[in-house]
Amino acid sequence: MTTVATVSEGTGNPYALSHLDSLESEAVHIFREVAGEFERPVILFSGGKDSIVMLHLALKAFAPAPVPFTLLHVDTGHNFPEVLEYRDRTVARHGLRLHVASVQEYIDAGKLRERPDGTRNPLQTVPLTEAIQQHRFDAVFGGGRRDEEKARAKERVFSLRDEFSQWDPRRQRPELWQLYNGRHAPGEHVRVFPISNWTELDVWQYIAREGIELPEIYFAHDREVFNRSGMWLTAGDWGGPKEGERVETRQVRYRTVGDMSCTGAVDSDATTLDAVITEIAASRLTERGATRADDKMSEAAMEDRKREGYF
Amino acid sequence: MTVISEQLSTTTLLRFATAGSVDDGKSTLVGRLLHDSKSVLTDQLEAVEHASRSRGQEAPDLALLTDGLRAEREQGITIDVAYRYFATPRRRFILADTPGHVQYTRNMVTGASTAELAVVLVDARNGVVEQTRRHAAVAALLRVPHAVLAVNKMDLVDYAEPVFAAIAEEFTAYAASLGVPEITAIPISALAGDNVVEPSAHMDWYGGPTVLEHLETVPVSHDLTACHARFPVQYVIRPQTAEHPDYRGYAGQIAAGAFRVGEAVTVLPSGRTSTVTAIDALGDSVDIAWAPQSVTIRLADDIDISRGDLIAPTDDAPAVTQDVEATVCHVADEPLTVGQRVLLKHTTRTVKAIVKDIPSRLTLDDLSQHPAPGRLVANDIGRVVVRTAEPLALDAYADSRRTGSFLLIDPADGTTLTAGMAGASFAAAADPQATATAAEDAEWDF
Repeated sequence: MTTVATVSEGTGNPYALSHLDSLESEAVHIFREVAGEFERPVILFSGGKDSIVMLHLALKAFAPAPVPFTLLHVDTGHNFPEVLEYRDRTVARHGLRLHVASVQEYIDAGKLRERPDGTRNPLQTVPLTEAIQQHRFDAVFGGGRRDEEKARAKERVFSLRDEFSQWDPRRQRPELWQLYNGRHAPGEHVRVFPISNWTELDVWQYIAREGIELPEIYFAHDREVFNRSGMWLTAGDWGGPKEGERVETRQVRYRTVGDMSCTGAVDSDATTLDAVITEIAASRLTERGATRADDKMSEAAMEDRKREGYF
Repeated sequence: MTVISEQLSTTTLLRFATAGSVDDGKSTLVGRLLHDSKSVLTDQLEAVEHASRSRGQEAPDLALLTDGLRAEREQGITIDVAYRYFATPRRRFILADTPGHVQYTRNMVTGASTAELAVVLVDARNGVVEQTRRHAAVAALLRVPHAVLAVNKMDLVDYAEPVFAAIAEEFTAYAASLGVPEITAIPISALAGDNVVEPSAHMDWYGGPTVLEHLETVPVSHDLTACHARFPVQYVIRPQTAEHPDYRGYAGQIAAGAFRVGEAVTVLPSGRTSTVTAIDALGDSVDIAWAPQSVTIRLADDIDISRGDLIAPTDDAPAVTQDVEATVCHVADEPLTVGQRVLLKHTTRTVKAIVKDIPSRLTLDDLSQHPAPGRLVANDIGRVVVRTAEPLALDAYADSRRTGSFLLIDPADGTTLTAGMAGASFAAAADPQATATAAEDAEWDF
């Protein structure tokens, strides 16, 4: 019987691309497709590692010409100062244009109400979708990865959103080969996820390979934190610690960067990229499971937020 | 770099898809692969255990790892493709976990379109059933280069070699008749863990690889010399800055084959010729680049080239045509009808088109042909003849999955209607056996 194939070592082929090269090539292809087919694309840029990698990919995709997209940041008002500083420095260095949609302004104007639990992540949806409408963005790049969360695992690379920015997982367009269909009616837009197929480890390995600079909160440092529901949160004006919560100095780092009220730090002594990669490769917790409170609210928390227009 | 990061960055990537009927144990196999390769992390497992308990299930239901949508968990079935990621020291994997129901054929087509390998799962007690043939047919139509037949639940047939051998033989014969060039059959028990990640202690008679071992070693790139080189132009890069006043580069992802500096090339559909003077590979200047690298190509002559054009070696350029004959899978809820006006998206080019004819519809169960159905409805596979408003440099899908594939799109609302594969396939002839013989001789790798 000849049912068992003989196979040669795949790695011996000189034309085999490394997995990072394959992922990079795919992401660049996606950026260029959007540049070729849309009128007003924008990159969501938070100063977090995924959006930093996206910007790096966009710079490579169009070099030596500048990136043909503007940037948009939804500022919760509770962002880490180091990250905002990094954001502004990066935007200036590459001569880019940044739009900021501010959750704080929405709250101050009475258009949004602070939640009882103090987390502002879900409040980002309204400023985000209104900014998209106001600037008439027709393609919005996000750094979402399918490995982050099970609802995200169902997300297309090109994800059509209606005029209310809603995601309907039952009505997604089948996505075949590398033929991305970005057609949309006026008022609708497409969310685009060039690093859909990357994992957290891929992102870190790529950062190391490309020598990309990151905000320092990604590396182990001494920080004043307090414990809330099992997470180490940074003390600050945003609303912590409350009575009964005790501030202590710990050596920590962040795996994700988001709103200070719901993004937890992890104990770590990883002060270099290599140490971070070694730590992540050995970790038994996902980045969201370890450090994001908003995903723990219910089994379908992410799906529900995405339906409303969140990334 | 340390040993660990160096090792991690030199691994290759394999994209594969799984297909199997509802009760064949596909979720268990996927769960086993993820679990035994230590790709399920503690918090994910805890979430699954918690959800399983709250549903009154005793053991953790590994299907909950992949069924990410509310509706899927409520109904206990997989509706849409889920992509999963896992890694071993030798390779990284992207798994397209596709639903088994016949009404989700379009989703299996979606998963298989980018897969380099398909795992078709069979229950050892039932053997090759209609659904198995359907999955094999879709994998063959999509020309997934490698197929694995995983004969599951061997523990329920006393790990008996004759049971496995009979199923493997029947499947191999059927798949060969569809033109599938290489089948690796592996006897497994996903539940007990036999031959999935660890070799089985119960099947001494089997000398082949485990599923994971096969996934780790199957070749992922092809012989470039056998491929027609193709470069669809995505975007023209013209900085017009003081530093780069005259830079004009054609950005794109090499769809097939390789391009070299100094090579004579033709631009289609215009037919103008030039020479490659430089290849910029995302920051590096290189002499040769190959699929699927994203690069920027510069030419000796300042000719009119824009998005949608195709650059190919002058001595190996495809013909251009406005008449496309193809096998298609209809993926939209609204039917496709003869006379319908559509858009056709091929590589980076989108043109107006009209459906001239639908000569036949295929029944996947028995591969029988139904002539002139007049229309195709959701999940139908059939032959279609399309006339385009502008010429296309279209290859046969058999030669290139990338330049032989296209979409039909509804111009009114942008809905993706149909996935198309240009040229001949086993779905084209009245007698599938007759085409199969021809397909066996054809070049399969691309």
